[in-house]
Amino acid sequence: MTALLSLRAIAKTFDTGTHALGPIDLDVEEGAFVSIVGPSGCGKSTALRVIAGLLKPDSGAVAWPGSKPEIGFVFQEPTLMPWVKTLANVRLPLDLEGTPRAEADARAKTALARVGLAGFENAYPRELSGGMKMRVSIARAIAAAPKLLLMDEPFAALDELTRQALNDDLLTLWREDGMTVLFVTHSVYESTYLSERVVVMSPRPGRIAADIPLAPPQARDAGWRLTPQFASEAAKVSQALKEAMAA
Amino acid sequence: MNRTLRIAIPVALGIAVLLMWEALVAAFAVPRIVLPAPSDIGEAFVSDFGTLMAATFVTLRITLIAFVLAVLGGVALAILFAQSRLIETALYPYAVVLQVTPVVAIAPLLTIWIGYDNIEAVTLTLAWIVAFFPVLANTTLGLKSVDRNLIDLFRLYGASRWQILTRLQLPNALPFLLGGMKVSGGLALIGAVVAELAAGSGTSTGLAWILTLATRNLHMGTAFAALALLSALGIAIFFALSALEYWLLHRWHESALKVQT
Repeated sequence: MTALLSLRAIAKTFDTGTHALGPIDLDVEEGAFVSIVGPSGCGKSTALRVIAGLLKPDSGAVAWPGSKPEIGFVFQEPTLMPWVKTLANVRLPLDLEGTPRAEADARAKTALARVGLAGFENAYPRELSGGMKMRVSIARAIAAAPKLLLMDEPFAALDELTRQALNDDLLTLWREDGMTVLFVTHSVYESTYLSERVVVMSPRPGRIAADIPLAPPQARDAGWRLTPQFASEAAKVSQALKEAMAA
Repeated sequence: MNRTLRIAIPVALGIAVLLMWEALVAAFAVPRIVLPAPSDIGEAFVSDFGTLMAATFVTLRITLIAFVLAVLGGVALAILFAQSRLIETALYPYAVVLQVTPVVAIAPLLTIWIGYDNIEAVTLTLAWIVAFFPVLANTTLGLKSVDRNLIDLFRLYGASRWQILTRLQLPNALPFLLGGMKVSGGLALIGAVVAELAAGSGTSTGLAWILTLATRNLHMGTAFAALALLSALGIAIFFALSALEYWLLHRWHESALKVQT
């Protein structure tokens, strides 16, 4: 497997003087599902923003061994435009890139159907539930067929049932598309459930405290959450997080 | 409460007050020059109908032109402010000065500069000054209060400044702009009236001038009729702008949802 991206000695201090991040080094392999776990304020989000190119690091660099891929981004909030319908929200990346309307509509419709929202094209965001809004947000992120999907605690504000359903749907999307997912969360269980590798970060300034490979996703099925193996992997991540907090 | 009652109750109250007014004026023999009875006002309205309508049209025209120019100017300047921090820093204090200086105090100056023979232009300018600021302030706020994450998303997909302005900032500012327009529509009317009163000259022909003349000549019925027409204009402007707001926002904005209930 080749690396899709490499962070080299990335560090960031904000204008307010807060030393938020790093320095950190991180390689993410193409097609991997990697979670970043850490306490609030450890710079997880900062790291994602740096990777997306939305934030300039003070030092270090993001290297793309191949060419820089199309990136999708999902925030903690659905971050939809309330003044346009669902379809136009999903179409946004395509519209901004100048895709012809007919093609953009078709691709947005497909993306909506893939997150289970076929038939909701003409709904305004305020007519949707929290979980549905998040699905729209994911549909928008995958509409432009990104090779890298960055997710910043996307399900943190959802109830447990909705969250589990979205976890499973996300795994399906990932398997079908073969994209690389970098998933920030503060939930040990969510990270263990979703990923094949968990990167544990220390409190501010965030550094990488542990890098834990998990059982390959091929071995998982719907009952994975209930297996002893899942419990022991989650315990491993939990232990690493505790050590990171204490250090 | 159903819709019919919500209209019927205030209307019934209004009629009751008018009847009581009529009865009290008659019972206490209040002189007409102090307080005319509603029937006197109605009579004046009928006898001076032509003059009153012409004056209403003049005041309405000035108000609307001042309002439209205030909206265009306010939005244009707000867009400029949102694009350039430098321009905003330089100009905003002067916009505030324009707003806080009492319009009555500028009226005599403007009358001298623009000329007594051109009172309509004076009135228009003053009404514009009064109506301009709420649009500017609200639109500026709306353009700037865009969700940071949405801006990041636009940047991630390589959006141009133009795309961010037209697809994100302007739609986001729309509810703010409409709120500002409701305030400034009322202010444009107030500005038009105050300006005409302050400029006070025979070459102006709006409702405020009718009001001044009628009061001076103790034609209180006519004065009250002019007053009623000014209220009617204000109410019409408010309802028109509320309807516009509902029409533009009700499908997506939370504020419009509450209007319905």
